[in-house]
Amino acid sequence: MSGGARLAGGLIERERRLRFTFDGQVFEGHPGDTLASALLANGKVLMGRSFKYHRPRGPFSAGSEEPNALVTLRTGARAEPNTRATTAELYEGLEARSQNRWPSLALDLMAVNDLLAPFLGAGFYYKTFMWPRAFWEKLYEPLIRRAAGLGRLSSQPDPDAYESAWLHCDLLVVGAGPAGLAAALTAARSGARVVLADEDFRLGGRLLAERGNLADRTGPDWVGSLEDEFERLPNLRVLRRTTVFGAFDHGVWGALERVADHLAEPLPDMPRQRLLRIVARRTLICTGATERPMAFAGNDRPGVMLASALRAYANRWAVPPPGPVAIFTNNDDGHRTAADLSALGCQVAGVIDMRPQAPQGAGYEVFAGAHVRATRGRLALRAIEVETAGGRIVSLPCRMLGISGGWNPNIQLSLHRGGRPAWSDELAAFLPGTATPADMRVAGAASGDFSTRAALTGGAAIARAALSELGIAAETPDDLPEAEDAHVRITPCWHVPGKGRAFVDLQHDVTVKDIGLAHAENMRSVEHLKRYTTLGMATDQGRTSGVIGLAVMAELAGRSIPETGTTTFRPPYGPVAIGAFAGDARGPGFRPVRLAPSQAWAVEQGAVFVEAGQWMRAQYFPRPGETHWRESVDREVLAVRSSVGLCDVTTLGKIDVQGADAAAFLDRIYCNAMASLKVGRSRYGLMLREDGHAMDDGTAARLAEDHFVVTTTTANAGPVFRHLEFARQCLWPGLDVQLVSTTDAWAQIAVAGPGSRALIARVIDGFDLSDEAFPFMACASLRICGGLRARLFRISFSGELAYEIAVPARFGDALMRRLMSVGADLGVTPYGTEALGVLRIEKGHAAGNELNGQTTAQMLGLGRMVSTRKAAIGAVMSRRPGLLAETRVQVGLVPVDPADTLPGGAHLFAEGAPRDMRNDLGWISSSAHSPHLGHAIALAFLEGGAERMGQTVIVANPLEGAEMRARVVSPHFIDPEGVRLRG
Amino acid sequence: MRIPHPLLGLRDLREFTYLGDAALIDRPEATADEDKAALNAHVFLRDNPAGTHRELWYHEYGDRSWLVVTRDTRTHEILGAELARDVALAAGRDR
Repeated sequence: MSGGARLAGGLIERERRLRFTFDGQVFEGHPGDTLASALLANGKVLMGRSFKYHRPRGPFSAGSEEPNALVTLRTGARAEPNTRATTAELYEGLEARSQNRWPSLALDLMAVNDLLAPFLGAGFYYKTFMWPRAFWEKLYEPLIRRAAGLGRLSSQPDPDAYESAWLHCDLLVVGAGPAGLAAALTAARSGARVVLADEDFRLGGRLLAERGNLADRTGPDWVGSLEDEFERLPNLRVLRRTTVFGAFDHGVWGALERVADHLAEPLPDMPRQRLLRIVARRTLICTGATERPMAFAGNDRPGVMLASALRAYANRWAVPPPGPVAIFTNNDDGHRTAADLSALGCQVAGVIDMRPQAPQGAGYEVFAGAHVRATRGRLALRAIEVETAGGRIVSLPCRMLGISGGWNPNIQLSLHRGGRPAWSDELAAFLPGTATPADMRVAGAASGDFSTRAALTGGAAIARAALSELGIAAETPDDLPEAEDAHVRITPCWHVPGKGRAFVDLQHDVTVKDIGLAHAENMRSVEHLKRYTTLGMATDQGRTSGVIGLAVMAELAGRSIPETGTTTFRPPYGPVAIGAFAGDARGPGFRPVRLAPSQAWAVEQGAVFVEAGQWMRAQYFPRPGETHWRESVDREVLAVRSSVGLCDVTTLGKIDVQGADAAAFLDRIYCNAMASLKVGRSRYGLMLREDGHAMDDGTAARLAEDHFVVTTTTANAGPVFRHLEFARQCLWPGLDVQLVSTTDAWAQIAVAGPGSRALIARVIDGFDLSDEAFPFMACASLRICGGLRARLFRISFSGELAYEIAVPARFGDALMRRLMSVGADLGVTPYGTEALGVLRIEKGHAAGNELNGQTTAQMLGLGRMVSTRKAAIGAVMSRRPGLLAETRVQVGLVPVDPADTLPGGAHLFAEGAPRDMRNDLGWISSSAHSPHLGHAIALAFLEGGAERMGQTVIVANPLEGAEMRARVVSPHFIDPEGVRLRG
Repeated sequence: MRIPHPLLGLRDLREFTYLGDAALIDRPEATADEDKAALNAHVFLRDNPAGTHRELWYHEYGDRSWLVVTRDTRTHEILGAELARDVALAAGRDR
């Protein structure tokens, strides 16, 4: 073990070695390596199997555009499939496994698919898995799902933490190649707040992978001196290992920082990845370019890769090719790879240049006007077949073949906010185009300026231009290095015609022939081509294949490439784990949890809790010996009906309404009269939406002439407050009225039952509770427990004599404990939301199930509450003829057979009527077992309900397959005259 | 998305709740049942412009201001934001 064979030079720490495994075999590499470079240095070229045909594949690139070398990194819960070996930074103990093969990478039995390839062309699934229809779910779907996907998820909870954060800056520079570095240097020296982000773990971009780009020094040497200066600039933030993956409206950018992916596991308290939202006043896109291949028969053999990748492995990682190298090119850049490899002492078998006027090589043969016709080798490249300009076939033994089909500017980010790219015939590439948003500029190879000199000067120039728009003066650094300024000379070639499969999209196994088939089957739009063949839809998003696919399609249609157009560029530019989007919003952090003031006390009582929106509410309080929730709930209900119960009702929304016009304001908010409410009294109120449907209900208590406290349902506390603010600010801005939400400020406890007056009397400070002094619906501010300020409301949701008592929230726990202790001899019993629900259904009070946004006051039996004498919101619209004609009204139901339950959501039919929509008479909105009556009860909306009292209806529950008969009764199952609550 | 709050400066989208067309401010003060046609138009009929759109946003996780934001629906460019209360007062709404 030695860290593999290496050339001279390179950016690896040779004195340190890192052990890692691939498919269980132990290898060594060096810090600075990627998994791909370390495997190549160890002679491993075969790294994966293709998606569809399971063809053996080696790395195709040296960067994030990689389509082939996808591995599963780590094991157990941390296993992450589809990690690109070309970007995975090597660390001590790294464990990687190949994917999509069985039993092993070298011998994959699933490669039988490759033999079936003639039958598996584009659209195979659409055509094959059509009939018979009965096979869709039972046979085809499981079959396809088993075959789909490359890696496998661990299926275990992710043990790592993710976080999200914001960054604000004057200038965001995306990409730290020559253009980005010059831009960041220019901007940072001006004092502007600058963020420089690059997806690599090392700054420099292509400067790290090239030789001789700068005149007097090496690229890494210049980058090193810049990094020293960057360290001293507090206004510059450098983000390594950070992919800017999306451009969003108004200068907001999404970026993924891989904080700990280069470690075996994150350090304590370290997130694995961080999702950054970067808010930038101006952004410079310096994302460089990606080399593209040409398609030809056998172009997917392990050992065939982009020429620039070959060069990068040799120059940056000092990885020698395993044998002779050939280059297939249509432009001058291919020759650079040959020259670099030759200078490093590697054997170059030849450069096959499509162009008849190819430049001469120094120390290697050039086949001008020739092309590669085929490749040989099974798990590794052995030889290529070259057809020379004269039509002669030459077999050229080689272990690596570099392809250079030109460079595609990385324009994706410049198009995320819309617009189309512009085609350049000279460069044979798409450029950012004219629709780039005003806050974005593009420089360097991303803008089609491919020389290092143009990148350096272009980067500095766009930084100055962007900053000058912000009123920040910046100067072009006078110490930018001299650099090469070569022009691009290219003769476009997209694919070599001929027999054999020529792959366009390597990851999804889409060939030139598949594109031809799609065209023959009339897929004329690029969007159709993409979806029919799945070209560019793999994890690499077609970074190396997209433009070739368009070109092949354009050729077939006899159109130009710009006429053919591109598919739409959308975020993300690179894969982002769902965990990173979720950040810490998972588990208990998924959303805020609101706890009622008596939470700690309720936990002590052994309460079972239920989520009510963000709130955790006590659902019921089981006692020793109770084995079923119904036992606890029945006991709690009966305690309220017979003695006294306590329930924390803090969660109901409370809105403080103050001002000289508070009464007038509420008169317009509620459909019933509010202005006439006397000080010291409360009233039930119903709010309508502007369209006349019921919105929410609650009580309004008038504590002073200019002071009301209104309550809302728990669920609607937010929306009602928003609605009231809308009315105050937008509809009647001249009214003297102020609103504040006091839901969290006041703890409120319902004290309900015949014993409630006696219990309340034990805690209040000298206050007359007699029915004459404090009748039903009275309210007051008072003192309790020896001086504590409190509010008392004589309101009842249960139908019993009841009060609600409110104290400042921090005293809620103490008040609950005090009421429990002083009421012990009265049989005081805590009750939860479940009993609360039973009590209100027994009393026929509407709640969320009835106020579901589809019901009107008339349906709720509250039609006469809607005042015709004032312009309350929704009042006029509630009298639309269609709504007035509605006869479905709230009724009560009891089962004919007392043993039956009445399922909520069941629909109602007349006896003998077909169970279909036409004959549907309504539905059950709420149901419960009434311990008071000893059988099930329900609230329902029933067509012609008023006329059907005493009749029998069918309760149909087709979901669970049951039906029962129920009798229509008044929805007030208990004390319809209200004697109890006035007691 | 960033909204230029007239009192608080540029704020992120996530602090806001969207309601709809700013025409909702122009609520007919209808009390009689004969006014249903005007109310019906107010509640249900909206323009759907490709271009400049004035719309109501509520700074729910902020200062609770209702804003009238002018946005180009084609580009999402935000051309301005005003306090809805000021807009309502300028339109003659009062008590």
